[in-house]
Amino acid sequence: MAYDYDKYIRPGKLPHIWCPGCGHGIVLKGLIRAMDSLNLKKEETAIVSGIGCASRLPGYMDCCTLHTAHGRAAAFATGVKLARPEMNVILVGGDGDGTAIGGNHFIHACRRNIDMTYVIMNNYIYGMTGGQFSPTTPHLMKASTTPYGNPDPSFDIAKLAIGAGATFVARGTAFHANQIDKLIAEGIQHKGMSVIEILDDCPTTYGRRNKYKSVIEMMNRLKEVAVPVKAAEKMTAEQLQGKILTGVLYKADLPEYCAEYQKVIERSQGGAK
Amino acid sequence: MSKKVAFLQGNEAAAHGALYAGCNFFAGYPITPSTEVAEVMSVELPKIGGKFIQMEDEIAAYAAILGASLTGKKVLDATSGPGLSLKQELIGYACIAEIPCVLINVMRGGPSTGMPTGPSQSDVMCAKWGTHGDHASITLMPASVQECYDMTVQAFNLAEKYRMPVLVMPDEIIAHMRERIEFREPGELEVIERTAPSVPPAEYKPYDTRFGDVPPLAAFGSGYKFHVTGLNKMQDGFPTTKAEIVQAEEERQVRKVMDKVDEIVDFEEFMMDDAEICVVAYGSTSRSARYAVNVAREQGIKVGMFRLKTFWPFPDKQIKAIADKIKGFIVPEMNLGMCSVEIERCNMGKAQILCVNRVDGEPLNPDQILEKIKEVK
Ligand SMILES: Cc1ncc(C[n+]2csc(CCOP(=O)(O)OP(=O)(O)O)c2C)c(N)n1
Ligand code: SF4
Ligand SMILES: [Mg+2]
Repeated sequence: MAYDYDKYIRPGKLPHIWCPGCGHGIVLKGLIRAMDSLNLKKEETAIVSGIGCASRLPGYMDCCTLHTAHGRAAAFATGVKLARPEMNVILVGGDGDGTAIGGNHFIHACRRNIDMTYVIMNNYIYGMTGGQFSPTTPHLMKASTTPYGNPDPSFDIAKLAIGAGATFVARGTAFHANQIDKLIAEGIQHKGMSVIEILDDCPTTYGRRNKYKSVIEMMNRLKEVAVPVKAAEKMTAEQLQGKILTGVLYKADLPEYCAEYQKVIERSQGGAK
Repeated sequence: MSKKVAFLQGNEAAAHGALYAGCNFFAGYPITPSTEVAEVMSVELPKIGGKFIQMEDEIAAYAAILGASLTGKKVLDATSGPGLSLKQELIGYACIAEIPCVLINVMRGGPSTGMPTGPSQSDVMCAKWGTHGDHASITLMPASVQECYDMTVQAFNLAEKYRMPVLVMPDEIIAHMRERIEFREPGELEVIERTAPSVPPAEYKPYDTRFGDVPPLAAFGSGYKFHVTGLNKMQDGFPTTKAEIVQAEEERQVRKVMDKVDEIVDFEEFMMDDAEICVVAYGSTSRSARYAVNVAREQGIKVGMFRLKTFWPFPDKQIKAIADKIKGFIVPEMNLGMCSVEIERCNMGKAQILCVNRVDGEPLNPDQILEKIKEVK
């Protein structure tokens, strides 16, 4: 029997705005399977995003959904979570939204280790605005504003998250669709800030400029570069050249922000030290 | 029972006013001369089980209060000039998504870093025109420490009643001076709570105009699921580009305030009965103006003061009526002419308008105002 995605899809809000071949829909389905596997209550779950193609995802979800301003999802979500710690707070968005304009909020949400799950759809480009380069566009690649090849070095989102203090960091790809739900579900269950980077594709504004002949070619690239962390342990540095690690990259058990603030409340009232 | 009195700074009083109004969530980013608001909230909120968070910047602070407000909290943020500039995009978000929140903006010199510890009144236009797009603004102007307290309560009431951002804007002098204030007894001031939806979750729409121009706002986490966006939206909260819906919603968002101007606008008239000259003043400047008016009266000059307690919406009706009766307006302000532009608009060429402007970080003194009063012909 086909999987019933309708459980979490908001009635009447499909079709979505995404182009044929866009990976964002694969992530949407993965997120639904993850939420379903944990039996998350829709009215107890807030899905928060910024602006961009990826950030349109919350509108399709039958939950408490908050489509904020460009880059600000993590800051809005922090307010939601701290105000109502019992809610599940899931952030979704793109590479540009999360690591350029929203970079500051992103690293500070990681630093606080606040119990939220951030799914970043990294398609290496500003899709919605027509394909300008983002902080994750690889060096020398083409975007509408890097016609001669990108002079910038790029961010590794997962490393950035680990460096900033997130306590669960994972990476998957839109090709490895069956892994997405497992990574997201593990992230949601983790107590603390979890970041799940999904390598994604934007055939419309990135593929076309960078000589990918088809979506299939873009997906095949994701398939080829991805190496599960376990498999990587047995590989040489040479073999790992040009590869990208996938799976759970980092996990730590550290104090969570809302729990720490609860202690502030207790201390202010003369309670536990 | 005797009232609780204290000798407080304007900023401290504003924080206590917020607590009186039921504020239970504060997010902020430190900036002179507003920081004392955050400091008081960091002490007091956890004691009542509320939440205080210092965010990574002013944009984040405003974003956090909007997120918290959507869960049903009464929320406050405090800042000053550079922070007010940074928050503008999200002030617009609060306007279009119709999220109640209060921002205290203590006015210091500008533009840019300007004079961090100097008083100013140069943010009054930013309060209305800072964010892009059409929107209404409610901005209150305390002129004493007690008013910092009382007007913050009023700001929460207006934010909840009209489902929108409200600004309280003391200038640095009002925010930092100390005066005796009375803490209000429970019940002494009205405290308005957000209107909860009367329909069950399945029927709920966040912008349901069947309930009037200010539709009830449900809380995330209370059993209601709904969508919030900064895009032009339909009654169910989802984006639309349908011309007639966008037009109607934009108009409603402004109308919900402008139709209630008479209820919202608050002012004080001082010696205005027989006045031939009217000093229009607000904030600390009104204190100098009051002194100047008293001195001028002793000298036989028929002058009074109209004090703006609400800067936005602007008291058009009152100023227009005064313009019909008097010879001249005196508009003292710690900026190079902002309120005076509004006075000109309402005056429609009737009375003489004389400005007194000071932007050197020093308070406007009564002598300067008195001098202008004497210039009216
Ligand atoms: C303050 C602000 N600046 C710029 C924009 C324009 N803008 C909209 S989406 C976007 C980039 C989105 O890229 P990304 O987050 O990677 O999402 P994608 O569209 O690729 O899924 C930009 C720059 C905006 N909406 N707001
Ligand atoms: S422009 Fe790119 S990111 Fe946006 S929907 Fe199309 S394929 Fe997806
Ligand atoms: Mg992108």
